Amino acid sequence: MSRDYHMKTIPGNTKPVSYRSYITGFIISLSFTFSAYGLVVAHLNTGHRWPGDHVLLPIIIVLALAQFIVQLVYFLHLGVEPRPRWKLLVFGFMTLVVAILVFGSLWIMNNLKYNMSPGGTDTSIIKDEGIHK
Amino acid sequence: MSELHSALPAAPHDDSKTVFGFWVYLMTDCVLFASLFATFSVLRGSTFGPHGGAELFSLPFVLGETLLLLTSSFTIGMAILAAQRGLKSQVLAWLTVTFILGAGFLGMELTEFTNLVREGNSWARSGFLSGFFTLVGTHGLHIASGLIWMVVMAVQIHLRGLGRSTLRRLTLLSLFWHFLDLIWIFIFTIVYLMGAVQG
Repeated sequence: MSRDYHMKTIPGNTKPVSYRSYITGFIISLSFTFSAYGLVVAHLNTGHRWPGDHVLLPIIIVLALAQFIVQLVYFLHLGVEPRPRWKLLVFGFMTLVVAILVFGSLWIMNNLKYNMSPGGTDTSIIKDEGIHK
Repeated sequence: MSELHSALPAAPHDDSKTVFGFWVYLMTDCVLFASLFATFSVLRGSTFGPHGGAELFSLPFVLGETLLLLTSSFTIGMAILAAQRGLKSQVLAWLTVTFILGAGFLGMELTEFTNLVREGNSWARSGFLSGFFTLVGTHGLHIASGLIWMVVMAVQIHLRGLGRSTLRRLTLLSLFWHFLDLIWIFIFTIVYLMGAVQG
């Protein structure tokens, strides 16, 4: 009786979670972490030459986002709930708010810096507009 | 109609609502962290002299912290799997392992903070360090509350066994802990790795 009682799914999930899911998630997360770390160490060891800044930064950001999605799926089991998928909906709304918040802040503050930094304004405008003194 | 309704199992629905409510909390916590990440990114260049992330942080040390937290996120998953099968002693063992890994992570983070403050690089030194301590400190505070929750959870499971309510609470705890590792991926990448690259 008590054994049957215990053999049930975790609240909020339709299916029992599996070992496979956690082990897959763990291995992929580890490999992404080590790849990002290894690339940055290679970059530092070659005196910021290989891989270059403009290639390396997008790569480590993509690796972070990929690991984020892997852990959401394999650890937090996002997307396995029955319809209607409220968790996914709230998650989507959160992503929207976060995107507006982060990109909006950076955009506004960079613009302020461009327009208001003392001394720097003249030089940046001269440079951007291609004015030759 | 009412007979039909009472014949249906009434219980399972409530637990999934609790989990959903907790999920909504986690998503709002994401927004909190997003605002701290935005603040940090804006203040990134406002260092005191040349003291940026590249000089202040040790990458191998931070990799160690990351591995501790990632492994603890995996071991709490093992606790959930054991709970699903009703194996009480295994659940307690995995919770203990998770607690030790989490405490190790928090200890390393506090060591890093103490060293920074001792060398004169406290939150009062520059905008960059204020942003850094607020962001990473808020995450550390979440970890500390998660550790307290884990102790309470272990005591409850020990005393009451794996009933429906303890299973529900354990599920929420595991969601919280996995969530903290999600946030750490971005702290590791944006604060430490990008800090080392950009100097």
